[in-house]
Amino acid sequence: MPFWTIVYALLFYIATALLVGGLAYRIRIYAKTPAPLKIPTTPAPVTRQGVVLRMFREVAFFESLFRSNKWIWIFGYLFHFGLFLVLARHLRYFTHPVWFWVDLVQPFGKYAAFFMVIGLLGLWARRFLVDRVRYISVLSDHLMLALLVAIAMTGLSMDYLSHTDIVSLKAFFLGLMYFNWQPLPEDPLLLVHLALVATLMIIFPISKLLHAPGVFFSPTRNQIDNPRAEPGLRAHDSRHIAPWAAELDR
Amino acid sequence: MADFEIPQLKEYPVIPKIHEGVMAHSKPFVAKQEFQGALGFPGELVDNWQQVAIDKMGELNGKYRSLQVFLDSCVKCGACTDKCHYYLGTSDPKNMPVARQDLYRKVYRRYYTFAGKYFPKLVGATDLTKEVLDDWYSYFHQCSQCRRCSVFCPYGIDTAEISMAAREVMDAVGIGQKYCNEIIGKVYKIGNNLGLPEPALADTLEGLEEDIEDDTGVAVKLPLDQKGAEVLLVTPSADFFAEPHVDGLMGYAKVFHEAGISWTLSSYASEAANFGMFIGSYENMRKLSLRVREAALELGVKRIIFGECGHAWRVAYSFLNTLAGPFDFLDPKYPVPQHILEFTHDLIQRGGITLDKSANDDMVLTFHDSCNIARASRMGSKPGGQFTIPREVIKASCNHFYDMPQDTIHDATYCCGGGGGLLTDDLMELRVKGALPRMEALKFVVENYGVTHMAAICAICKSQFTKVLPYYGFGMDSIVSVHQLVSNAIVMGNKQ
Repeated sequence: MPFWTIVYALLFYIATALLVGGLAYRIRIYAKTPAPLKIPTTPAPVTRQGVVLRMFREVAFFESLFRSNKWIWIFGYLFHFGLFLVLARHLRYFTHPVWFWVDLVQPFGKYAAFFMVIGLLGLWARRFLVDRVRYISVLSDHLMLALLVAIAMTGLSMDYLSHTDIVSLKAFFLGLMYFNWQPLPEDPLLLVHLALVATLMIIFPISKLLHAPGVFFSPTRNQIDNPRAEPGLRAHDSRHIAPWAAELDR
Repeated sequence: MADFEIPQLKEYPVIPKIHEGVMAHSKPFVAKQEFQGALGFPGELVDNWQQVAIDKMGELNGKYRSLQVFLDSCVKCGACTDKCHYYLGTSDPKNMPVARQDLYRKVYRRYYTFAGKYFPKLVGATDLTKEVLDDWYSYFHQCSQCRRCSVFCPYGIDTAEISMAAREVMDAVGIGQKYCNEIIGKVYKIGNNLGLPEPALADTLEGLEEDIEDDTGVAVKLPLDQKGAEVLLVTPSADFFAEPHVDGLMGYAKVFHEAGISWTLSSYASEAANFGMFIGSYENMRKLSLRVREAALELGVKRIIFGECGHAWRVAYSFLNTLAGPFDFLDPKYPVPQHILEFTHDLIQRGGITLDKSANDDMVLTFHDSCNIARASRMGSKPGGQFTIPREVIKASCNHFYDMPQDTIHDATYCCGGGGGLLTDDLMELRVKGALPRMEALKFVVENYGVTHMAAICAICKSQFTKVLPYYGFGMDSIVSVHQLVSNAIVMGNKQ
């Protein structure tokens, strides 16, 4: 096996393990930590279906952010929706035969990377131009944007400037998945792109990227507004109470 | 009038440029030993305070999902930076919600995250030094826990949760806030925030009965500790004598009288406010709440109704059942607890009371949504009832009502500037500056619709505005209780 193939194969095994393991560890913490008090930001839904809908609007449309700030919303949405399409398109390198819907996304995915970059640059510009956002930005906030921009730019370069051997690349990743290693094309752009992606995977569970699982566990958004005993919503003999809080009653 | 600059009311709200450190001097008095002890906190800064604080932070992370998720999830997008009334009024960047959270988050990162342990500079993590603790004391007492930031955060991060945690950590190392902790001690000892003992309370209520009778010719009772009454009314103790609160209390009494429903106040639970929430202490909040349960059991009532109070209604509506439930000994036909406005609104709907709107014709009204009612509770059975029910009661009591601009009401409402345990004279500068966004909104309706009075449903809002309105050129008596309007308009002796 060529040297770089071994390095990248190991890198992606490690990165995947850290990403999956790290996220599972964090999510386990979020899930196991009790929410002792009902704190939904009201007005909040009074039913489970209502909460699912609220969360869907939050995740799919960034509802609160839209109310909050149109500039952040438009740049943030461009980036995230672009990323979603790009990721969906990339599934073709990990599936054989390629799934039907991934083929559908393909034409959009090719241009989505531009939206991603525009969104990222917009968000980055705010970190310099708006004094309040400049004040709250630290080095890691800039580096995170730099990393994402670099990933998008190297990816775009391979699409529009200098094609890489995509067939061999797919063979490499399928080989990783089925433990039947195939050589990785030694194209510098590709190597940089992949190294950056692996970096992103590794830092995901130890960085602010935890907002992705975090939003689903946010009590202000995922709780049903039914704290008091109330006909039709909560029986008079029932309580929302955490185990550690119940101990105080003993 | 003041030894600080009073902000100018502008034609249109402006987001100020940041001015670092301009509010660093703002700190409330520290609680003395005696007040700390009563709450189970050390009396002064403990020797190994750093370790105690760090351990406490870890403990809280394990107890509150909100805290753990909020500390990890912020991406510093900046959406909240112009949402806090204290930032808008002071321009101190540490009053931006995210920056306030970061005072806590940077310490959390240092001791509890991989990145902060090994690359502190990179992620802005810092050791917990005395300077950091001082910053905490200053800026976590510049948050009124109003939750406006949480409405606008894409992840619903609520700075109130972080402020509460920070205050709990500070209490654990012996640096408590005098105002809150002294008041909680008073409730334990006497039964209410004001330290009004039973005989004085009985006297006050008798005086109010005389006032109502002089005024209306009707003998309306304000019963105290009356066993077997149908309703236990729990109301903020400011209602017993402060203006305009007391006019609201007389309004409740008249409504009960006209409805023909027996009710009582309790001297043991003569306080609706629960300052345990302000200091983030579940244990103290629970202990205070249990007084309401004990009073209800002792007096044998069937229902519990809370008077006009903002943070109190949050604790009552959202937490009471958790802290002091279950209330299976009360009448299951009614929610536990109910808000006095739900009660009055229902009566109006059913024609149970008659209101003469013209009695309030000397006023043109607007309504201030109290932060914790708007964003942390509900009234009625539908989401948003906390906005419609008070307005419907006001509109049923007067002829002239205009809302303030949309982005300053409902769940976008601005805090009065005195909530969350900051209603103390040692924070006057902060209170005046924090009221700025509400004052600008008020100015708008005063100039455009000739509004003369602002109605509120929170004891803190009422006290805060009474004090702060004059700084901005409004009359201190232009703040009124909603049940004061009901009191003026209610036609007495109509029902048999």
